[in-house]
Amino acid sequence: MGIMVRLVNYTALIVVASSLAWLLAAVTLDPRANYAGRTPAPPVAVVDAALSEVNLNDHDPLLDRYLTWISGVARGDFGRTWDGLSVGADLADRAGVTLRLVTAGLLVGALLGLTVGTLAAVHHRRWFDRLSGGVVFLLLAVPAVVLANVLIIGAIRFNDATGTRFLMVSGEGDGGPLDRLRHLVLPALTLALPLAAVFSRYQRNAMLDVLDADYVRTARAKGLPRRTVVVRHALRTALIPTTTYLTFTFGALLVGSTVTETVFGRPGLGQRLITAIQTSDVNTVAGITAVAAAALLLSAVAADVLQRVLNPGRAR
Amino acid sequence: MSASLWGRFTTRATTGLRPSASRFPDLSTPVEARPEARPRMFSATGIAGLALLSFLAALAVLGPILVPWTAADRDFEAFLQPPSANHPFGTTASGGDLLVLTLLGLRKSLLIGFVVAVAATTVAALVGAFAGYFLGWVDRTLMWVTDLLLVLPAFLVVAVVSSGHDDWIALVVLLTAFMWMVTAKAVRGVTIVMRDREYVKAARFMGVPSHRIVLRHVVPNLASLLVADATVNVSAAILAETSLSYFGFGVAPPDVSLGSLIADGAPTALYAPWTFWWAAGLLIALIVAVNLVGDDLRDRFDPALRACA
Repeated sequence: MGIMVRLVNYTALIVVASSLAWLLAAVTLDPRANYAGRTPAPPVAVVDAALSEVNLNDHDPLLDRYLTWISGVARGDFGRTWDGLSVGADLADRAGVTLRLVTAGLLVGALLGLTVGTLAAVHHRRWFDRLSGGVVFLLLAVPAVVLANVLIIGAIRFNDATGTRFLMVSGEGDGGPLDRLRHLVLPALTLALPLAAVFSRYQRNAMLDVLDADYVRTARAKGLPRRTVVVRHALRTALIPTTTYLTFTFGALLVGSTVTETVFGRPGLGQRLITAIQTSDVNTVAGITAVAAAALLLSAVAADVLQRVLNPGRAR
Repeated sequence: MSASLWGRFTTRATTGLRPSASRFPDLSTPVEARPEARPRMFSATGIAGLALLSFLAALAVLGPILVPWTAADRDFEAFLQPPSANHPFGTTASGGDLLVLTLLGLRKSLLIGFVVAVAATTVAALVGAFAGYFLGWVDRTLMWVTDLLLVLPAFLVVAVVSSGHDDWIALVVLLTAFMWMVTAKAVRGVTIVMRDREYVKAARFMGVPSHRIVLRHVVPNLASLLVADATVNVSAAILAETSLSYFGFGVAPPDVSLGSLIADGAPTALYAPWTFWWAAGLLIALIVAVNLVGDDLRDRFDPALRACA
């Protein structure tokens, strides 16, 4: 399939996915509830006017609202939140927060996973392989919400025990790079540990496949040291499938960090998703869907391109 | 569609014209080979997983009946008390007995996990087998829907829709809707290979209707793949339900699941660890057990699948 056909197909998928999310949210969520708890209760006409202003009034026909929204999206305007803020600007602000977290989590997770996986394959069926296999198995069974809370408990104990306040468990931090780093460590670990578990399994399998290959035996037979063969010949080849998988994960993580961001109170896209549903922000829900779908598909394309660059022989 | 009809028509026509054309090759009887040893059903880890899973299931089914407290009971003499003889798991801030709550949560998580996994695997088998068998526009339509559902952020859609329903059956349906796609793609791949197998061809030449071939000949032969995959889906479903319930989008009170218990317990975990660790520990044990069984099944069935795919 040509790359252009694919891009057109993907664009259609993004439009349909966010339209579906918009319609689903518009039918299910109730923005009127945001005004329900107020005392004195605002007159219905005022609420109607306020909701119509931001295209969220459930008394307006659904089709009209949808057309207003989709024509706005076509012009690059993702609509407004229920209290009148621009969805596009809000999401753009938050994208940076999520991007930092995901990048840090992915880097740490990938480095850890690749190292552990490679070492496990090199020491196949010896103690390191077995130990790391057990740890990986356990990590895969720990849900993100449990892991995040366990890390928080551990960090508070650590801070108490050492009498310092190095590890911060909430917020993003705004007092310079060190402060940001202190806030980033735990959430990034929450993302990185399960990723490292998955990556190390991938990498271990890929390495085991490669270590048996003829060209690796040839390299050994012609007298190259074991370390050189493992790093230069085996590892380079084994990295190809894992890198592809890693690129793909990047897209999935942009919204997959919902749990992490919410538990650690980081103002990113994932956290916004939860609050958007709670405050019935139909436009924000659809906007986040569009971003998530685009990220997923872009990373799928990137993974494909990377695969071709890394391994020209297999390009079809 | 048209290709398969054509194939069927032409092959039928040629066999009809030349009924005796096919010749059997000469078969010399080989020395009677000893039948291969029947592979054991489970490895040691698989048996361990199965044992743990049965224990947890028994606990979930029988436990709440045996405990003298119910989920609605409040002990007004014990708020946020550590484990004692009266409350072996301790109590919540409002005086609820954590033992019965945790066991009920375990029951709900197990139930949701299994129902969702079976339902999702059924959908996956049907969609994948029909797409792979018929190909053509059926395949294109089904695979487009599959891609679409893969692209939609599942968490978002389930959270949006289930925030309007308090029924856990609705949650099961929603989770199922977003859990079948990857398996369906695998099933489709295997089915495309299976279309050309002798027994499928034989059924086709005998004039068995296509939908019946899919249901009677293709899907049953995928049983091993499906069983392994359903097991993997159990833990995926439990994990998904946990995060949803954690944010209040999943199981709604008065129902409890392990996820909602963990959400309730997390804020008090520091000074009242029993509110958090029982639920968290049981959840991890449950997933470990399911994964042990699932990995074992997959290890057993994967080589066969790889050979045919």
